[in-house]
Amino acid sequence: MNSANYLYLSAMLFTIGAVGVVIRRNAIVVFMCIELMLNAANLAFVTFARINGTLDGQVIAFFTMVVAACEVVVGLAIIVTIFRSRRSTSVDDASLLKR
Amino acid sequence: MTSNNLVYLIALPLFSSGFLMILGRRADKWGHIFATLISASAFGIGAFEFLQMLARPSESRALTQKLFSWISVGTFQVDASLLLDQLSISFVLLITGVGTLIHIYSIAYMSHDMDRRRFFAFLNFFIAAMLLLVLGDSYLNLYVGWEGVGLASYLLIGFWNQKPEYATAAKKAFVANRVGDVGLSLAIMIAFATFGTVSFSGVEEKVSGASTAALTGIGLMLLLAATGKSAQFPLQSWLGDAMAGPTPVSALIHAATMVTAGVYLITRSNFIFDNAPTAQLCVVIIGAITLMFGALIGTAKDDIKKALAASTMSQIGYMILATGLGPVGYAFAIMHLLTHGFFKAGMFLGAGSVMHGMDDEVNMRKYGGLGKFMPITAITFGLGYLAIIGVPPFAGFYSKDKIIETAFNAEGIKGLFIGGAALLGALVTAFYMTRVIILTFTGTKRWDEKAHPHESPFLMWGPMAILAIGSVASGFLLSSGNRFVSWLAPVVNSHEADHAEHVERFQPVVVTSMALVAVVIGVAIAIVKYRSEVPRVAPTNVRFFTKIARRDLLQDDFNEAVLMRPGQALTKFLVATDEKAIDGAVRTVGAAVIGSSKGIRKTQTGFVRSYALLILLGAFALLATIWVVTL
Repeated sequence: MNSANYLYLSAMLFTIGAVGVVIRRNAIVVFMCIELMLNAANLAFVTFARINGTLDGQVIAFFTMVVAACEVVVGLAIIVTIFRSRRSTSVDDASLLKR
Repeated sequence: MTSNNLVYLIALPLFSSGFLMILGRRADKWGHIFATLISASAFGIGAFEFLQMLARPSESRALTQKLFSWISVGTFQVDASLLLDQLSISFVLLITGVGTLIHIYSIAYMSHDMDRRRFFAFLNFFIAAMLLLVLGDSYLNLYVGWEGVGLASYLLIGFWNQKPEYATAAKKAFVANRVGDVGLSLAIMIAFATFGTVSFSGVEEKVSGASTAALTGIGLMLLLAATGKSAQFPLQSWLGDAMAGPTPVSALIHAATMVTAGVYLITRSNFIFDNAPTAQLCVVIIGAITLMFGALIGTAKDDIKKALAASTMSQIGYMILATGLGPVGYAFAIMHLLTHGFFKAGMFLGAGSVMHGMDDEVNMRKYGGLGKFMPITAITFGLGYLAIIGVPPFAGFYSKDKIIETAFNAEGIKGLFIGGAALLGALVTAFYMTRVIILTFTGTKRWDEKAHPHESPFLMWGPMAILAIGSVASGFLLSSGNRFVSWLAPVVNSHEADHAEHVERFQPVVVTSMALVAVVIGVAIAIVKYRSEVPRVAPTNVRFFTKIARRDLLQDDFNEAVLMRPGQALTKFLVATDEKAIDGAVRTVGAAVIGSSKGIRKTQTGFVRSYALLILLGAFALLATIWVVTL
């Protein structure tokens, strides 16, 4: 099977994630879209590792997973705290820094 | 030889000055007496040292005292040391002697003043600074005293600074003096660069190895310093306004002592001027110009103190002229300085006594016939008058006559010019001093009905009488048997001047007769001109020359037109440049940053999604850029 197809899939996933981050208001969905973009990037790394026959890409994919795991922990905690205080998970409501 | 007593000369008045100022009003009751006693004790120390000095042989008369090591930087070593030699002791006795008399006079003169104690504190400070000036053994020590007397002069001219014009006069004196002070500091710098030392003895030792250019530079800068402090052309304009100070101050500082510091400086630096003929010629020229300049201003002044101030300027011109005549002139300059200290201080005190009796009126046109009401003042003033115009056997005759004679016998055509100027100056001096006497003490009364002229108390006429005795006797005492010339000889090296080889163009008797004829002519003109009724208000339809002489020969107008107005224009230009160009540039940068940040701030919406979009667009732009670059 042609490796380029994985890259196409990766690009599609990334686009879906990016568009989701920009247009959705629900913080949980925005969060999932970010995860989607990270995993699209992971897929691209792994594909390139396959194409080039080296392990570099795969190693970086592991790093990304670790970072993503940390980010989920912190991010979810923030979302839960915001929800507790404001009874809402809309990202547009959390624009207090501007006001 | 060393001594341990010299420091007390300076320390006593300095301590007293600080003491009276710190105690403030608590010392109001006895401050004036304390200050006078301190001044008298300084005179006592001076007299004691003088008698001891007389007992020693001529070559070991100088005393030194090292106080402490002042500056020690690498090879530059300056000690705070004092030097008392034949020249210094002459000044010490003049300063403390005349100073004490004027302290006594001021007790009465200032008795109605609220701030009499402060006045005496300043007077004592002046005495201390002036003594440091004449006792310092290096140019740097002298400089401290030099600045100190400038400060004292400023404080005392502006003593009644509640009147704005008096405060302005004080400032004017200070600024004009600062110009001269720059000259002195430059002279010190050149001396250090040339000789590596600034002590008098050190410089004198190394002077033969220095280039003429360096010596001329030092000489001219010292001359600039002297013109500032001694009110010589072209820095003379402050002295007339300095008469704003109380009259005892005019007598002590602006007649007898401080204004003669320039003469002291040049005499002390004789080893430099003797080896720098150009600088010496400039000294002579400045002296000759000023002696005529002051005398001419004196002819037109109606303010008695300003007439005397113009006369002071003129007499110091004589002294400066004499110091420029080389080794033979120094002793005559200092001799004239001492006799002048007596008669001019006496006359100023006399003027103060007249003002005291006339409700502080200074306009001589409103005096007239005061001799009857103030006999003692008239007699003491009259003796000073006979001394200054040079009538034998009064003091001025001996000292001024010697200067005129030395001037005439200077080499070449120069001698005729400066001798002629000195002779003409004697004529004009006789004229304006006779005018002062006639307007003040003789003729009919021209004063207001409310004035009640009366003789001053003993505390005032006592010092005047002593100074009058000095005006009568000091000239004869100093000059008989060439006494003062041989006294000063070790300091000014006048023994090197060989009188035998010197061609005498005029015999002394010829010069003396010429000078006496000039005096008689001057007195006669004044009597003819002022024997008739004198108008109470100065006439305005006078000749052009009288008009400009009343305006101090346009010295202020010149300074204003050439220095002040261009200076103000330059300042205005600089202020405008600073505001428009420099501040403008800074403000433009600030405004540009504020304006652009206002635009950029619009992107900061506070919404997470718009930030995310911006990041995304940024990433796209980055990718696009990379794609374009690598294409």
